[in-house]
Amino acid sequence: MSETYTLYNSIVMDHFMHPRNMGDLKDADGVGEVGAAACGDIMKISLKIKDGKIEDARFKTFGCGSAIASSSMATELIKGRSIDEAMNFTNQEVVDALGGLPPVKIHCSVLAEEALKAALEDYIRKHPETASKLQTPMPAAA
Amino acid sequence: MRHVYLDHQAATPLLPEAFEAMKPFFTEWFGNPSSLHEHGLRVREALKHSREQMAALIHAGSPDEIFFTSDGTESANLAIKGVAYANERRGKHLVVCATEHPSVINSVEFLEKQGWTCTRVGVDAEGHLRLQELRDAITPQTVLVAVHHVNHDIGTIQPVAEVGRICSEKGVPLYVDCEASAGWLPIDVDAWGAALVSFSPHRFYGPKGVGVLYRNKKARLVSIIHGGVQEGGRRAGTENVPAIVGAGVAAEVARRDLEARIAHTRELQVRLWDGLEKHVGFIKLNGPRPGPDRISTNLNISTEFIEGEGQLLLCDLNGIAVASGSSCVSKSLKISHVLAAIGLDHALAQGNIIMTLGRDTSVEDVDYVVQTFARIVEKLRGMSPMWDEFQRGIIDSVIRPTGRGKSFSQHAADVSGKSAH
Ligand code: FES
Repeated sequence: MSETYTLYNSIVMDHFMHPRNMGDLKDADGVGEVGAAACGDIMKISLKIKDGKIEDARFKTFGCGSAIASSSMATELIKGRSIDEAMNFTNQEVVDALGGLPPVKIHCSVLAEEALKAALEDYIRKHPETASKLQTPMPAAA
Repeated sequence: MRHVYLDHQAATPLLPEAFEAMKPFFTEWFGNPSSLHEHGLRVREALKHSREQMAALIHAGSPDEIFFTSDGTESANLAIKGVAYANERRGKHLVVCATEHPSVINSVEFLEKQGWTCTRVGVDAEGHLRLQELRDAITPQTVLVAVHHVNHDIGTIQPVAEVGRICSEKGVPLYVDCEASAGWLPIDVDAWGAALVSFSPHRFYGPKGVGVLYRNKKARLVSIIHGGVQEGGRRAGTENVPAIVGAGVAAEVARRDLEARIAHTRELQVRLWDGLEKHVGFIKLNGPRPGPDRISTNLNISTEFIEGEGQLLLCDLNGIAVASGSSCVSKSLKISHVLAAIGLDHALAQGNIIMTLGRDTSVEDVDYVVQTFARIVEKLRGMSPMWDEFQRGIIDSVIRPTGRGKSFSQHAADVSGKSAH
């Protein structure tokens, strides 16, 4: 019964039940932790960056099923991307890859975008030399 | 996989004997109770019988004081708006408890937009309404005091008899919402001196689609649904006869089995809470401890460092049906107003889970829930940055403070730039 009637679609449920990249990265190059003003949930993304590319990503989430699935999916999607590409990452990509989220749950995917950007900003703060090479201007510091 | 249904506060399965009693009223005795022929009179008799069964359940003086509506929400709307409109010339002030069910709160808000005023009486940390505050809130303009018998969220039993005494002393009618208590606790409208009482049979093994409103003959009430002269002119619309018949049977069985139901669920409630407290660390019971101040069916808990929807989903995937008052679960993204009213820390309100037991819940079910829930909590804490940050002394526990680290709310505000509330 519970296989047919679930709160979210099967992709979201899969990422919720079997989250990818859950955890922390030892010696992370950038860490971002953000909270959702709407519901009070918290998400943290850690990145390993080498030669301007995201080599690895991990997440930890205090939040609903859709927030956990969004962070799982976001970390999957951004691995292998350049900093510039990652700077242009949007929550819509997460929503699409998850096959859609209920309207009231879109902000959970925004949390994933914000956590990723906070992690990138943390990296750039620690590596100011990379900032000048960026094509995407750095958003105002969070 | 074992299936354990722990959401009896939302709905219960229909009693087989109620279902049997309903069947002929769908096909054979399908008449409209307003009709004057044999078919109508046959079902009118059945409605009368159900009214008697309802009256007996709540110690009403006469079955004529029982009105049938479409459900408890409609009954609450009728009680509040019906009394307010009937007494408009006398005064436009209402007194309610801050932790009423949305059917009461939202009816009151509707009236407030039309010029009525309302005082919301606060509650203590366990959800007991403040009697002195209620007494002080009543003015010469007050036309109704509305309180609940048992809180739908945290299971607190209110001192309704005392409220009744205050109301009769002040000469203000009292409406008691018994949605969360009918069929599970004794109700005595006479002893309370209640003018109105409402409840839904689907909470005690009756069918959905029927609600009950008791109205003392002396209470003034106008109709809010207009049409024919059904239900003594207080509620227009053809009665849901099969549901009313089934509800009557459910009421009769509830009255017969009341003590056994209370004893059974109380034993399981204690076992469940003891098990959870022992096997899941950093967990808090919201509302009074199992005992005279708490209904025997409800456990409302907060599991620290994790959020409620995730717990609910993982419970569901393990065959356990529960509810949650976390903001992530609500469509408005707000925590349950009851949890806010008892002053529960936002971090704990986010980790909220509500389990409600029933007559078919077994000891084995409870033990399975304890074991499974402990695993679920462990899994979610493994994913939670808050749990990790607590281990590292960055944030502190609300339930068992260590004196290290900042509060969750402070931390949430720091990372979101806004307060968690
Ligand atoms: S993160 Fe709170 S609703 Fe999804």
